Amino acid sequence: MKILKIFIILFLVTSFSELKSDEINDILKNKILKNIRCLICQGQSVYDSESEFASSIKLIVDRKINEGLKEDLIYEFLREKYGDWVIYEPKINKNTYILWLLPLLLFLLGGAIMRKKLNFTD
Amino acid sequence: MKNKFKLFIIVIFLSFCFVIFYKGLNTPNNYTPKVNEKKNIPTFKAKDFNSDSHINSDEIFKENIFYIVNIWASWCVPCRTEHPLLMQLSKNQSIKLIGLNYRDNFINAKKFINDLGNPYSRILIDKDGTLGVEFGAYGVPETFLIDKNKDIIKKFVGPINQEIVSEIELIIK
Repeated sequence: MKILKIFIILFLVTSFSELKSDEINDILKNKILKNIRCLICQGQSVYDSESEFASSIKLIVDRKINEGLKEDLIYEFLREKYGDWVIYEPKINKNTYILWLLPLLLFLLGGAIMRKKLNFTD
Repeated sequence: MKNKFKLFIIVIFLSFCFVIFYKGLNTPNNYTPKVNEKKNIPTFKAKDFNSDSHINSDEIFKENIFYIVNIWASWCVPCRTEHPLLMQLSKNQSIKLIGLNYRDNFINAKKFINDLGNPYSRILIDKDGTLGVEFGAYGVPETFLIDKNKDIIKKFVGPINQEIVSEIELIIK
């Protein structure tokens, strides 16, 4: 009886952990697919699109996740094939640094103006 | 003086915004792929169209000549338009054409080749489109020119025309 209980517990634990790893992979897959632009669609991510291009990318991403590739490496693979445009979140490089730095500069400028105004009213 | 400075800053800021938006209006927001970027050919294993065997990319591109990889499908209408030009290119001895049959029905693809002729020295099957992704393809038809160093030196998105054929012939001369 005791052995049977141990077997049942072991079975439940292993099946639960398998389910969990599948779920984690699905969450990761969806996260990646939502961050990839469907290059032949108008304003759609690969996740949202049913086009042939999108379904091929979905298969590739699924395959890469099962091969154990990390999220960054999957993006790198797609960038190498299609360029920076394929990823919604662009990497910092000479073409995109203004895009990344401008909000920060505006934030600092706004802060400086506010500080100056507050000092002035004091 | 202070007001003048403020006005100057505002004018500069508005001019900056105007230039950005004006440039944005003139540039198309559709994606245009880079067609002249040099890339290595991907390494892959694919199913051969005429036999059931699988073949490695090293075996496919083993000769020291130029290659053309053409992605086609029997359901693709522009592929029919460009097919006579591919037949013309296949007569050139210094180039070999490799066909990538994209997401197609085998019987229809076979009929397409029987009806229009076979310009390819080898045809590979890309049943799920993933081999096309390895090449960085968007769909069909698409053509890649590979040089003797096994680099993709040109990519032609859409059907090829006489102008492109002349360009290819000039490169491989």
